[in-house]
Amino acid sequence: MAKKSTPGLNTSSMADISFLLLTFFLMTSSINTDQGIARRLPPPLQDNQEPPDVRERNIFVVKINSKDRLLYNGEIGDIKDLKDRAKEFLGNPMNLDNLPEKETVEIPLLGKMEVTKGIISLQNDRGTSYDRYIEVQNELAAAINEMRNELATDRFGKKYADINDDQRDAIDKAIPVAISEAEPTKIGESK
Amino acid sequence: MAKFTGKKPKETPGLNMGSMSDIIFMLLFFFMVITTMRESTLFVKITVPQGTEVSKLEKKSLVSYINVGVPIPKEQKKLGTDSRIQLNDQIAEISDIRQFVEEEKAARVEADRPLITTAIKADKDTKMGMISDIKQELRNCGAFKIFYTARKGERK
Repeated sequence: MAKKSTPGLNTSSMADISFLLLTFFLMTSSINTDQGIARRLPPPLQDNQEPPDVRERNIFVVKINSKDRLLYNGEIGDIKDLKDRAKEFLGNPMNLDNLPEKETVEIPLLGKMEVTKGIISLQNDRGTSYDRYIEVQNELAAAINEMRNELATDRFGKKYADINDDQRDAIDKAIPVAISEAEPTKIGESK
Repeated sequence: MAKFTGKKPKETPGLNMGSMSDIIFMLLFFFMVITTMRESTLFVKITVPQGTEVSKLEKKSLVSYINVGVPIPKEQKKLGTDSRIQLNDQIAEISDIRQFVEEEKAARVEADRPLITTAIKADKDTKMGMISDIKQELRNCGAFKIFYTARKGERK
């Protein structure tokens, strides 16, 4: 038999295939970002600084004890009610006397808005579990997100996640994240 | 030069693409290895809590991680069974956070320094005492932006 020369494999598409794989891994490795709840810590207290005076109606106290039980303004409460309680407190739709005052503020894009002066005060024990704490933070975030969503849909006809940055800034000003965390009382114990 | 004139007009030789795939494969392997390496260095066991309102962590280059949890069984003989903090690839104490934050700040350009975020990746069974200590230390260091890592989950 005559010696046939084996035809060379066309490997030019190999590069394309491996490029495809490469881009796939590049994408997946960057997509896998962590998710979570972003918060901002207050700057440390100066020695001579008095805590600001807040009227009682403007404050909603959420306490979590070491057994992970909740106390809202001194009453035993359930985690399921927290979101609605927080929304009612921050929104004060009926302008009730026992719920926070409002302040009229001029906000670009939105005009005159009534911004609540309410502050949610979150206090926890050293023995509270992190799971419970995140659950509470999550419910409070849910309340604020829902209110922002409602306002965004009302004013801009889109969800909060879909509006542009300027509009988002305006909404953030109208509904601020008013969560204050108490100074821990027993610092330095574990040092 | 008559020797060469009889030939037909020159064709541009085709580029040899054979080694292209090798180069790309090398890159591919590099990325595959890199993506798995990060996870394996944890000394503490972390199951992050669940939340419904989680958002994505933005600007990953400005994030430094503080891992909190109970040491994995293999390390428990050495580290005990209490919650510990892991910074980068070693177990640390609360007092080491200051230096850690300073190092993280120094590694960034001046303009980015106020924007650095500290992600607290803690196990859900950690006690808040530990987390409060970390938060106090971060406050004192001037790292105000924090991020509680959580998993997206259904409402309980």
